[in-house]
Amino acid sequence: MLPLFHPLMQRLDSDFDIDQDDVGFESQDKDIIPAKHAYEVDFTVYSPEEIQGHQDKQIAEVSNILGQPPEATAILLRHARWNKERLIDQYMEKTDEVLERAGLGDTADAHPPRLERIPGFVCDICCEDDADLDTFAMICGHRFCVDCYKQYLQTKIKNEGEAARIRCPGDGCNRIVDSKSLDLLVSANLKDRYQELLTRTYVDDKDHLRWCPAPNCVYAVDCRIKDKDLMRIVPTVHCECSHFFCFGCSLNDHQPAPCSLVKKWLKKCEDDSETANWISANTKECPKCHSTIEKNGGCNHMTCRKCRNEFCWMCMGVWSEHGTSWYNCNRFEEKSGHEARDAQARSRQSLERYLHYYNRYANHEQSAKLDKDIFLKTEKKMTQLQNTTGMSWIEVQFLDSASQALQQCRQTLKWTYAFAYYLARNNLTEIFEDNQKDLEMAVENLSEMFEKPIDQLQGLKVEMMDKTAYCTKRRIILLDDTAQNLKEGKSLVRSLVLVTCTNQPLGQWKFNVTLP
Amino acid sequence: MFASKRLGKELQKLHDHVPPGIKLIKADDFQEWLMDIQVIDANPLYQGETYRLKFMFSGNYPIEAPEVVFVKDDAHPIPWHPHVYSNGIICLDLLDRQGWSPVHNVESVCVSLQSMLTSNTKKERPPGDDNFVRYNTQRPRDINFVFHDNQV
Ligand SMILES: [Zn+2]
Ligand SMILES: [Zn+2]
Ligand SMILES: [Zn+2]
Ligand SMILES: [Zn+2]
Ligand SMILES: [Zn+2]
Ligand SMILES: [Zn+2]
Repeated sequence: MLPLFHPLMQRLDSDFDIDQDDVGFESQDKDIIPAKHAYEVDFTVYSPEEIQGHQDKQIAEVSNILGQPPEATAILLRHARWNKERLIDQYMEKTDEVLERAGLGDTADAHPPRLERIPGFVCDICCEDDADLDTFAMICGHRFCVDCYKQYLQTKIKNEGEAARIRCPGDGCNRIVDSKSLDLLVSANLKDRYQELLTRTYVDDKDHLRWCPAPNCVYAVDCRIKDKDLMRIVPTVHCECSHFFCFGCSLNDHQPAPCSLVKKWLKKCEDDSETANWISANTKECPKCHSTIEKNGGCNHMTCRKCRNEFCWMCMGVWSEHGTSWYNCNRFEEKSGHEARDAQARSRQSLERYLHYYNRYANHEQSAKLDKDIFLKTEKKMTQLQNTTGMSWIEVQFLDSASQALQQCRQTLKWTYAFAYYLARNNLTEIFEDNQKDLEMAVENLSEMFEKPIDQLQGLKVEMMDKTAYCTKRRIILLDDTAQNLKEGKSLVRSLVLVTCTNQPLGQWKFNVTLP
Repeated sequence: MFASKRLGKELQKLHDHVPPGIKLIKADDFQEWLMDIQVIDANPLYQGETYRLKFMFSGNYPIEAPEVVFVKDDAHPIPWHPHVYSNGIICLDLLDRQGWSPVHNVESVCVSLQSMLTSNTKKERPPGDDNFVRYNTQRPRDINFVFHDNQV
């Protein structure tokens, strides 16, 4: 197993007392195994049952304090966006108003929601005026025919995913459709969806809870990172479903680049996609014989089938010249000011600079996908090999570890290029690029071993296991260093703008963009 | 079906009477209509010009807001306004999911846009107009506008 941080290690007791929310959080710290590295954050994964449990527990507690039945308390809490303290304060101060606003007031008791026929009524939504039209209005008096009201609620629930805070259809009316009215108007087949959405609002309303964005995943993650810290911490969390994602923005793990840089970068890639498209294409020409080459594995060491030319996929340079000196390939050599004086050349250079980073970014993204394909194929072949050589399933697991490490490292490498694109040159950037180079070299070595024919893989086992461990180690070092500097550089990072300034303070990241 | 019933009635009403400065141009079906608007008062920004609006309706109109954009041709420019992009896309909370009420209709949208122009004094485009117009590929209803002021 890779020496990775595992969420199970820091799972709290299932009866984790979420009631204590902000005040009580420190008291829970003792239960959490502290994060080991600068790039790791504390978090907890919750199942749907646990989330329901937290809700029930809060409802029971607030129900006791307010002396309201649990059903009504649930409505009040949802209406208050699960802000328990504020609800209790406001309830104590102006009970009637709070009940009224959540649709639970005396008037609601005295006049339970019902359909009415009103002589001379014209529905403002469908313009019908039939005498036998059933109509509905809440206490705000905005009356519509029941068909329109139902259609409106159905659209909100089904198409727009709203539940706890659907507003009256009347123009500018802020009245929330209360649950009793919903019971009357929502058709049976929508009730399940409605209930589900109600449960979801609990997680949606809490800043420290987020749904895992993996498709069909039902878990939620609890992480107490503050929005203002997202500039200096990249909070990658690991769901029970095995998905790594960023708690700050829900995108796939993008360490070491902070959320705002990632956003900028993705926007840039989107904007520049037409110019950059050819680069990310899966085929290139052999630099020697110009026959079309398709990349079919994750490794950058290419051999042309036709002329046997060996070259590097990234820079198209001759492989023998930089098989062991990867630095030629990971760093964009800034060209001298001579050429840059010409405005045309400058814009070309800026595009070249972008393409340099984008090329490497896209390459790792693509390779990570290809590495996965290769593992699926290898897995199949290893099954056959097991049958012929007697190697056990356990004995071939080193390939699984290698494949996972490759994907994880490529994911990291990918984002190091987006990060580096925005870095202004200073000594820290040099160190960063050295780390990047080390990791990249290790990854390419492992990737190359990975592509060896099946009959050779058995003999490479020990070497591959070493390389896997080494890749993981290099990745941790890179992430740790970067995260450490990011944390310390907090005050500066926010206000930095300029690329060309040469008196940069040492020991802090300097970006050539303004970050929020 | 839902939309056509309502739009049929709106059409009838528009044939009977339209407010000053508003004109029905084309309504051959219940998917897309064209309306012309003019600014009635003496706002120098909009003198002597006529703007053309394209309304697009989903089958769920008026529960769902229509998509409304200004369209440009030789006779119809895009009006200057800090909430109107130069490609005709309008950033108005009334047309957004949150601000829309099914009580609104084609006429009331036209009147709102008319008064939005009437009260404007700035010959300006929204910030970031260049980039937005160059790169936006989304349909108006899928754009999440941030409504920075509610004065429109
Ligand atoms: Zn109706
Ligand atoms: Zn109302
Ligand atoms: Zn998950
Ligand atoms: Zn993020
Ligand atoms: Zn060749
Ligand atoms: Zn190279």
